[in-house]
Amino acid sequence: MAGRPMTPQELLLPVRPGFIILTLIGALLANLLPWSGWALWLAPDFVALVVLYWCIEEPRKIGFLAAWSLGLLMDVAEGSLLGQHALAYSILAYAGIALHRRVQRFSLAQQILHVIPLLLFTDLVVLLVRALAGADFPGYAYFLGSLTGAALWPVLYYLLKLPQRPRSDPDRV
Amino acid sequence: MEHTAPPLFRTGLTPLARLMIFAMLSTVLLIADARFDYLTPLRQVAGVLIYPLQRMAAAPAVIGARIAGFFSTHAALRQDNQQLSAKNLELAMAAQRTAALQEENTRLRGLLGVRESVGVPSIAAEILYAARDPFSRKVMIDRGLQGGIEAGRPVADHIGIIGQVTRVYPWLSEVTLITDKGHLVPVLNVRTGLRTVLAGTGDDGRLELRFIPLTADFQTGDRLVTSGIDGNYPPGLPVAEVTHVERNAAYLFASITCKPLAGPGAGTQVLVLGPQPGLPERPADSPPKKKRGKS
Repeated sequence: MAGRPMTPQELLLPVRPGFIILTLIGALLANLLPWSGWALWLAPDFVALVVLYWCIEEPRKIGFLAAWSLGLLMDVAEGSLLGQHALAYSILAYAGIALHRRVQRFSLAQQILHVIPLLLFTDLVVLLVRALAGADFPGYAYFLGSLTGAALWPVLYYLLKLPQRPRSDPDRV
Repeated sequence: MEHTAPPLFRTGLTPLARLMIFAMLSTVLLIADARFDYLTPLRQVAGVLIYPLQRMAAAPAVIGARIAGFFSTHAALRQDNQQLSAKNLELAMAAQRTAALQEENTRLRGLLGVRESVGVPSIAAEILYAARDPFSRKVMIDRGLQGGIEAGRPVADHIGIIGQVTRVYPWLSEVTLITDKGHLVPVLNVRTGLRTVLAGTGDDGRLELRFIPLTADFQTGDRLVTSGIDGNYPPGLPVAEVTHVERNAAYLFASITCKPLAGPGAGTQVLVLGPQPGLPERPADSPPKKKRGKS
């Protein structure tokens, strides 16, 4: 990579903790929408996506406790075994925090290549827990949600960065 | 173990150590939830926390339906009205016939000295959303402990049985549908009177009858109703229709596939049926002689 010139970086305002909480609640709400039919298979796990985003962008402002308790809430909302999403989101948070320096340096398209395996791995953890509890394999369509989630990453990236961009007003100092 | 320089800033535990702690915590929760039944209070508390979000998430669909209702046309309303009055007439005639039959039935039952079968009380509820879980067939309804719902109650819609309440939160309850994998409903074949047990497969729209001998009389199109033998589902409610019967002499049992008649696709209004009155006490469990595998 030595030959490639560095891409210019934006200077961003610090993120407000309130905004992080708001986006997490928004993601939880999106997960609870009454999805059905094909939309249910295609719908990404918004909470996983937003948790991963904040773990990569602001690893100091979000921790395992947030990821874990969101997982617990998802388990209750879905009526599934308590702890499976909590475990999956904790692992996701770890991956995000461990990789944040690396992923931040990449362009959006390359970031997606990092996000896909992480989301798939989260699915796999849930699948494994379910298999241990005696469930059948639900078919490969189960993994579709992670792919749509990764496809939504640029949109999420743009939207969640929005309040951090300084106003480009030349008259204001 | 390699030696690293002491950190410049104190940041607490390393991410790996934190992951270990939370993974352990999750595993403990998983085992406690799967093997023992310790976590109901935790579930209740988390359920209360998430309740406003659940209602908010279900709101757009409700509002959409209301807006669509507001813009329904005069012609559509008139057509509806006409259809409903025709239906009403039909039902009124049916009701008259039923009244006569019921009277006759009461007399006959009186003669036989059979205890009268009484209508079960029921609570109306609305389906909020289907659980976002490809592994199981569950829906959430908008009545809970506050509405007098108890776990185990059967749930029906205007066509027939759709499932059973499995968990109750303060204002919501979770209904496991009859298509959920491993869910069993005792049924009766209306045509032959044969009693059997209908099992869910985990697929939407597919149920199966297990362990039916090859010679048993089942045909495509047979209607299955609840037999009421478990004392949980009231007898006589429609459940499913046989769609496919395969008899292969190579196997011990016939493979019989059925299609559920009712389901959350048909509408959002459901009835949670109350306990059946006048059931005999359940006999005390006899101590198991030998420990067997998990049931």
